[in-house]
Amino acid sequence: MSDPRWPLWEVFIRPRAGLEHKHAGSVHATDARMALEHARDLYTRRGEGVSLWVVRSSDIVASDPAEADALFEPARDKVYRHPTFYDIPDEVKTL
Amino acid sequence: MSAALPDAERARYVLRLADTSLVVAQQLGACIGHAPALEEDLGLANIALDLLGQGRLLLTYAGELEGRGRDEVALAFLREPGEFVNLSLAEQPNGDFAQTLMRQLLLDAWQIELFEALERSADARLAAIAAKAVKETRYHLRYSGGWVVRLGDGTDESHARVQLALERLWPYTAELFDADALEEAVAAAALGPHPAALAPGWRARVQEVLAQATLTLPAPASFRWYGKRGEHNEHLGHLLAEMQILQRTYPGARW
Repeated sequence: MSDPRWPLWEVFIRPRAGLEHKHAGSVHATDARMALEHARDLYTRRGEGVSLWVVRSSDIVASDPAEADALFEPARDKVYRHPTFYDIPDEVKTL
Repeated sequence: MSAALPDAERARYVLRLADTSLVVAQQLGACIGHAPALEEDLGLANIALDLLGQGRLLLTYAGELEGRGRDEVALAFLREPGEFVNLSLAEQPNGDFAQTLMRQLLLDAWQIELFEALERSADARLAAIAAKAVKETRYHLRYSGGWVVRLGDGTDESHARVQLALERLWPYTAELFDADALEEAVAAAALGPHPAALAPGWRARVQEVLAQATLTLPAPASFRWYGKRGEHNEHLGHLLAEMQILQRTYPGARW
């Protein structure tokens, strides 16, 4: 018997024009069209978005948690990389 | 708007549209928990809720036109099967998943044509309901069409099942385009489309999906069913018994 489980897809939603897509969750689907429909049916029931992306979970290349120290630890003490010395104008809402 | 059709007649027409949406909503609601995947449960439930919303708006309007003090609750839950005027296609049983989705495809394609025409109705209230419903229905067709293609162009078993569903349901599609005196009057008053005028668009939408699904169109059926005249087979009674039991057991119950 073949594997009854459908492939997993990751869902990204853009809540409104001008904002970026954000990861919302995942769905099972046999093909891209079904994945989009499932994403729409599961994650936009309450008007959460104006645009959807789906991507096969297996196509995402993830960093190895075991390498977290090597990858991310060196950035911890570089406070001078944070642009904290600028005044943000009040009109800029989504920076 | 002044339309040359008495309110009572208009109420009968609106009730037909309402009952078809309501009955399909109940059918799809009964699938929840039984779909092949959690995602499909949600997909079918979303469509059911859209149809229920359409049914409620139309029932409320039909009740107002009728002028006998019946609201959506009274019309949905306190009428006998013989008083329902939904299309026979709508009350055909869910069967397997292929039959549920084939019934949906045939009805979605019809509802798109219907609602697009009703957007131009001389009845402003009906036009507004149609304008809301047509957007929902375009998604329903995308969903049902996608599944019919997937099943038809899938395995030998899924192809055989969806072809069988098409053959079972096809005889009930003749009623969609077969006008009676009420629908002739509705069309003459520019309140709604002539049923026959919806046929070419419906056929084009359905055939596009069936071709992709590698399904064969059945021959036209000689016998015709007329659910819209209140003539039903045994399925509607069972469906209504389940749908109405709460209001009939606890009249006036609200939550």
